[in-house]
Amino acid sequence: MGEFFNVFIKAAFVENLVLAYFLGMCSYLAVSKTVKTAFGLGLAVIFVLGITMPINWLIAEYLLSENGVFGMDLTFLRLILFIAVIASMVQLVEMIVEKYSPSLYNALGIFLPLITVNCAILGGSLFMVSREYDLTQSVAFGLGGGFGWFLAIIAIAAIREKIRYSAVPAPLRGLGMAFIITGLMGIAFMSLMGIDPAAFASN
Amino acid sequence: MAETAVQEKEPLLAFGKNEQKLLSDPLNDNNPITVQVLGICSALAVTSLVVPSVVMSIAVVFVCAFSSLFTSLLRNYIPKQVRMIVQLVIIASLVTVVELTLQFLNYPIYKQLSVYIGLIITNCIVMGRLEAFAMANKPWRSFLDGVGNGLGYGAILIMVALIRELFGKGSLFAGSGIEMKIIGASTDYFINTQTNTWFAWYANNNLMVLPAAAMFIIGIFIWIQRSYNTKLVDIS
Repeated sequence: MGEFFNVFIKAAFVENLVLAYFLGMCSYLAVSKTVKTAFGLGLAVIFVLGITMPINWLIAEYLLSENGVFGMDLTFLRLILFIAVIASMVQLVEMIVEKYSPSLYNALGIFLPLITVNCAILGGSLFMVSREYDLTQSVAFGLGGGFGWFLAIIAIAAIREKIRYSAVPAPLRGLGMAFIITGLMGIAFMSLMGIDPAAFASN
Repeated sequence: MAETAVQEKEPLLAFGKNEQKLLSDPLNDNNPITVQVLGICSALAVTSLVVPSVVMSIAVVFVCAFSSLFTSLLRNYIPKQVRMIVQLVIIASLVTVVELTLQFLNYPIYKQLSVYIGLIITNCIVMGRLEAFAMANKPWRSFLDGVGNGLGYGAILIMVALIRELFGKGSLFAGSGIEMKIIGASTDYFINTQTNTWFAWYANNNLMVLPAAAMFIIGIFIWIQRSYNTKLVDIS
């Protein structure tokens, strides 16, 4: 259980997908105008990351590896299968949101289907493979990474709501300011890199 | 954005005012990076050097143009529920074509870029244009829209890369065979170009090598673009 929290905390804060690796920028910048839509998209990302990560782990372990069902090395299919899993999950989320919250569906617009090509999702799955996580760790990494993404988009949405009342030069207002704030947040988050939660647990 | 389909009869490969607009719009008024906010991740990842950015831009123009063309040809046969999977299969096959072609043409650059080429699959510009334009328009117009958006993306990418490489490493076009050490004392990067650089006192700015620098530069680009193109200014 301790391992679960280590990976979770690390994925959410220390190695935040947005602010440390700059993954998933497109929807992060475009949907962070208000906290309300940012909240909805953040939840959708947590859901998609949390579900696709264990599924992709099972695929990588039992279908594609040499010890898997087919008994041969099929890793060249990894990218296509991962993307297919992600795309079907996103399609599922889209149908659920359209049915139960049409206003959120309209507010998210094109960025809901674009979760599929949110690099944070595919990047997360690839990180999971390259870091050789087991099933528990990959669940923790999916939920933690999604939670970190959620926190980052809520943080910038809140900053952007406040900054609307500041005397920013007109051409820089909105998108331009969001870019610069994200750069500053990224530099601030670099100070967290290298912290190892496991080291605290063992002391 | 001209996103409604043109209804009247027209020749298959017409190239009139509307078609020119499809090519020129994404360069300024509807730029994929600075206005539509698509494809930021790769803009951050590859722009620390110029040569990878140029190759990347060419690859994106190709993938964007042909995925728009094929999606537009198939648009009436794709059921709405599985459209994303169909689009991704089209994009993934085109990216594979690009990868193999580059491997054949120039192996060193392929080795240098292989990760980034794979990233085109998750580049939101490609899929964004398929969703927003190609699913509702005829093949030729969709093709032009893809070319235009690829070019708009490439223009920003190369401008950011020029600034980052010049100030971060003091060189330009490193790795292309015509690499030049422009500013700063040439010490460790290129042994064959030792003398005659300008501003020998300049020390490389390591901030420019960080991805965060690309955020600042794109932010400043948006500032400049919107100060002369006032209709883009965000009023809210």
